[in-house]
Amino acid sequence: MRVLGIETSCDETGVAVYDLEQGLLGHCLYSQVELHAQYGGVVPELASRDHIRKILPLVREVLTTTATTPQQLDGIAYTAGPGLVGALLVGAAVGRSLAWSYDVPAIGVHHLEGHLLAAMLEDPAPKFPFLSLLVSGGHTQLIKVLGLGQYQILGESVDDAAGEAFDKTAKLLGLGYPGGAVLANLATHGDPKRFTFPRPMVNRQGLDFSFSGLKTQVMTTWKAQASQDEQTRADVARAFEDAVVDTLVIKCRRALQQTHLTRLVIAGGVGANQRLRQQLSALANSLKVKVFYPRPEFCTDNGAMIAYAGCCRLAAGERASLGFNATPRWALHNLQIPRTATK
Amino acid sequence: MKLLALDTATEACSCALLCDETQFERSVMTTRHHAELILPMIDEMMQQANLRPQQLDAVVMGCGPGSFTGLRIACGVAQGIAFAAEVPIIPISSLAALAQAAYRDKGMTHVLAAIDARMGEVYWGEYILGENKLMQLCGEEIVCPPESVKLLENSAAYGVGSGWMAYNTVLLKALGTVTAISVETETTYPQASAMLPLAAAAFEQGLAVSPELALPIYLRNKVVHGS
Ligand SMILES: Nc1ncnc2c1ncn2[C@@H]1O[C@H](COP(=O)(O)OP(=O)(O)OP(=O)(O)O)[C@@H](O)[C@H]1O
Ligand SMILES: [Mg+2]
Repeated sequence: MRVLGIETSCDETGVAVYDLEQGLLGHCLYSQVELHAQYGGVVPELASRDHIRKILPLVREVLTTTATTPQQLDGIAYTAGPGLVGALLVGAAVGRSLAWSYDVPAIGVHHLEGHLLAAMLEDPAPKFPFLSLLVSGGHTQLIKVLGLGQYQILGESVDDAAGEAFDKTAKLLGLGYPGGAVLANLATHGDPKRFTFPRPMVNRQGLDFSFSGLKTQVMTTWKAQASQDEQTRADVARAFEDAVVDTLVIKCRRALQQTHLTRLVIAGGVGANQRLRQQLSALANSLKVKVFYPRPEFCTDNGAMIAYAGCCRLAAGERASLGFNATPRWALHNLQIPRTATK
Repeated sequence: MKLLALDTATEACSCALLCDETQFERSVMTTRHHAELILPMIDEMMQQANLRPQQLDAVVMGCGPGSFTGLRIACGVAQGIAFAAEVPIIPISSLAALAQAAYRDKGMTHVLAAIDARMGEVYWGEYILGENKLMQLCGEEIVCPPESVKLLENSAAYGVGSGWMAYNTVLLKALGTVTAISVETETTYPQASAMLPLAAAAFEQGLAVSPELALPIYLRNKVVHGS
């Protein structure tokens, strides 16, 4: 079974082809980051306008580079939510009508299920069940994953997501938008001892997170600096990163101990963070747990994860109806195990 | 010639099919269910005509102006079908569709098409009958406050579209009293069926484009607040 996957939930247009026997055949991505950077955030209408310009050229490119003929396609997957409604509708419209024209089934994929399963594109791929740490621009969740569509949320952020905290902190340090990766890069030159920020909510029971207070602490510290030189900026960045990473690691430890799961799988854009990866690997070692990461480009939004998740659901017999739609708000725990369509 | 047309620019959601001498059409009114409705409508119509997408010569897309999201639904669906069928797209203006329908249904030869653009503006296009029973644009289509529309032709004119419902008095005042203007009593919306004759002519003139080059015409391009 071979599936074309389309991702347009936010500010990246991603397209990929996944084959159930051969694995990922190819993928390409167009990022609108520069377009939105000047506005300090994603402008939804501009995002939608860019998606409709880029989507078909990317589809053509992926089909060409993977030498996939229309006859070889067994299904089309597109992100149906959550995300920006106008952006989602572009991918859904193109994906659903491609499928109708090729006379193959279509499937609307949950964007976060795509993220959750992205590590499946790597070798070795994790087996079910596993603990997932989903850390993206909009979400921070610890999820017990029992199988496709069986997701139990163990804990989540009560305010800012980890990626959001990175971006907001980067902005107030004058690193532009979205500055998460820039901040992480700067932090590598920082002195870890100069500043220390509290680890939010680690003394509280449970597996929830809170990152909005941290950003305020950083701001207070940064504003109090007589000299806001490059080294100070790097030192603050380092202390912030350490606080976030530590918090995530502490909660992962707690979740692994509580659930007795033996596999830890990372998902989402913050999963590209090197220090987080180092610390989680160390944790996994000490707990004799195996840890799995998607390659950094599959941590952030991409078409490959949508092609993969869509392929799994199509293979299980699930089908989208001919009328398409976008679901801008869609909780992960509302997902179901694949249901075979009656038609 | 076999052309599939679709339009979701306004509260109307429609598709039409030219299959040599025969024509088919579907049209419904909906506020926000275009995405759910359009493909099932097309599917049912194509089945009635016993036609597969691969047998089409081109796809006709209502390219706007109109609701931004609506334009992208029509564009995305047109692009998907045209790409898969390996045929080009013929973009047709929603204002032109209004004008063509006024000629087809009421014999009007000078039409002032206006679609409510919200935010105190209208999408505006003036059309007169040209060759081959096809309505032709005078000047340009624009988005502007209803107070600032202008007439380019002097013959008696007929106003159509949701812009007239929203701004009847303001528009009439802006256009002055030199020309007799009558306005439709019941608001009409762009229909895919009215795009077919315009598209057939455009196709013969070689105006169809590769699917990825067929994009919405928004007219309103200031979308970022304060920019
Ligand atoms: N190396 C890094 N270190 C820290 N954060 C990073 C790094 N690289 C990317 N990020 C952050 O990851 C986020 C983007 O990830 P992703 O694309 O998964 O999120 P999203 O798609 O915007 O959100 P969601 O999937 O929840 O809707 C941004 O907040 C970005 O700053
Ligand atoms: Mg994402």
